[in-house]
Amino acid sequence: MKKHLQRLYLGLIFAILYIPIITLIFFSFNSENSTAVFAGFSLRWYKELFSSPETFIALRNSIILAVTSSVIATVIGTAAAEGIYRMRNKHFKSAILSVTNIPMMNPEIVTGMSMMLFFVAVAGILSVSYESIGFAAMLIAHVTFSLPYVILSVLPRINEFGDSLSEAAMDLGCTPMQAFFKVKLINIMPGVLSGALMAFTMSLDDFVISYFVGSSNFQTLPLLIYSMTKKKVTPDMYALSSLIIITIFILLLIYNYKSGKRIKKRRLIGGYKK
Amino acid sequence: MKKLSQIKHSAAAAPHIVWAVLFILLPLFIVTYYAFTDADGAFSFENVTSLSEYLKIFGLSMELAVIATFVCLLVGYPLAYIMARANPKRQKLFIMLLMLPMWTNLLIRTYSIMAILDDGGILNTILNTSMHIVGTKGAVIFGMVYDFLPYMVLPIYTCISKIDKHMWEAAADLGCNSFKVISKVIFPLSMSGVISGVTMVLVPSISTFYISQKLGGGTFELIGDTIERQFVTGALNVGAAISLVMMLLILLSLAVMNKFTDSEDGGIIA
Repeated sequence: MKKHLQRLYLGLIFAILYIPIITLIFFSFNSENSTAVFAGFSLRWYKELFSSPETFIALRNSIILAVTSSVIATVIGTAAAEGIYRMRNKHFKSAILSVTNIPMMNPEIVTGMSMMLFFVAVAGILSVSYESIGFAAMLIAHVTFSLPYVILSVLPRINEFGDSLSEAAMDLGCTPMQAFFKVKLINIMPGVLSGALMAFTMSLDDFVISYFVGSSNFQTLPLLIYSMTKKKVTPDMYALSSLIIITIFILLLIYNYKSGKRIKKRRLIGGYKK
Repeated sequence: MKKLSQIKHSAAAAPHIVWAVLFILLPLFIVTYYAFTDADGAFSFENVTSLSEYLKIFGLSMELAVIATFVCLLVGYPLAYIMARANPKRQKLFIMLLMLPMWTNLLIRTYSIMAILDDGGILNTILNTSMHIVGTKGAVIFGMVYDFLPYMVLPIYTCISKIDKHMWEAAADLGCNSFKVISKVIFPLSMSGVISGVTMVLVPSISTFYISQKLGGGTFELIGDTIERQFVTGALNVGAAISLVMMLLILLSLAVMNKFTDSEDGGIIA
């Protein structure tokens, strides 16, 4: 009896979670221009979506931004994790970790607002238009909010790995650099990769910060979706969303497979703690 | 030799430190600067004093976010509990099912709820009714709960699944019935998960503007909408002042909650 009740509860919650997503995918195949009445099956909206250059530009921008920002965040973040691990001064160490975590704890809207004001000031100092630093601003913003997640997924690996193998490598003649790249980096790779994947998906998914920091000449997918939902929505927005959901689903499968989910949980559990 | 390598290795954090100072601390400093100056850059308290106008909006945002967080906890705790008690293979599946919506863009999720609940939406079409749901507080709260529920469930789930199995047995052996096992043993032990779940739901709920725009139907404004409006209309100084206050409030409450969990954990485990 208790088991049945539990199953019923799980089923109910998951049904509520998935009904909107399934309806959305379902209506993306609607042959009529309606998001409420289903007239028949067609791929019309997908065709329309693929014939609009706007989508492709936004998709291209999103991917360029996600790739570059996640690479930069992973490199800086991994180096930072190693550096933080080496730090002797406890106070300095915890101060750095607290500052690093600010973008993660702060509401996104505040981070977005602060970065936008910062780049307005930078554009003012350089006396160029805001648009002309648009991509750089976006890139810096995305690296900044991804960094804590990279550090948070690499640092525990480094702590776990300890020093003995690197010391052994140095005793056997490696320089500290070689010991890091040839021994340590390879061993902490799972953490580095899941940090990178996390940074990538976060960048791809980000709306609020991009909305504040972005300028009209660099539109990403979430920004495109936002502008599409401002007007009367046609199912091509649904088609676009369905494609994104399916991509996320595939990424998630890979991510889970790579045992990366540990990190996500760690982020949720210890995310706001020092 | 060792000492030298240590210095070199700490230097690996240097790019990050420079980055954090330039792009985290400096922007926050600029927000503070904007909050205390007027449009011409002269020092003024006007933005901060004008915040009293927004007190009602602050209150409403707080009210809706607190209700949404409470509902998330009420719905999410049993879910996390059942998940943590399921067999390991099932657990993995449940986690996947929970994470897919979480990784789906918030705009998409919110929009699809609106399409269902709207006046001429799917629900009303199917039931052939004319319920007015979008535009009510209930709809906004539902949207928050729907969007942020996974953030509540995952940390609690992690916490419960880490609790030693013997705790359950020990409590039962010592005479607890199953309700008491949960209320006296499991719930206190999962407190740190509850606290991080609460913060992870509360912070985005207070500051959201998309959910209230779509599901509030433009009938009321939350503090996130106010900031967004200042941004769109270019009233950056006022926007900065509101952002600053919101940030301070949230960091303060996080600090308080952190203190609370630390002592709580220490008390029970030690």
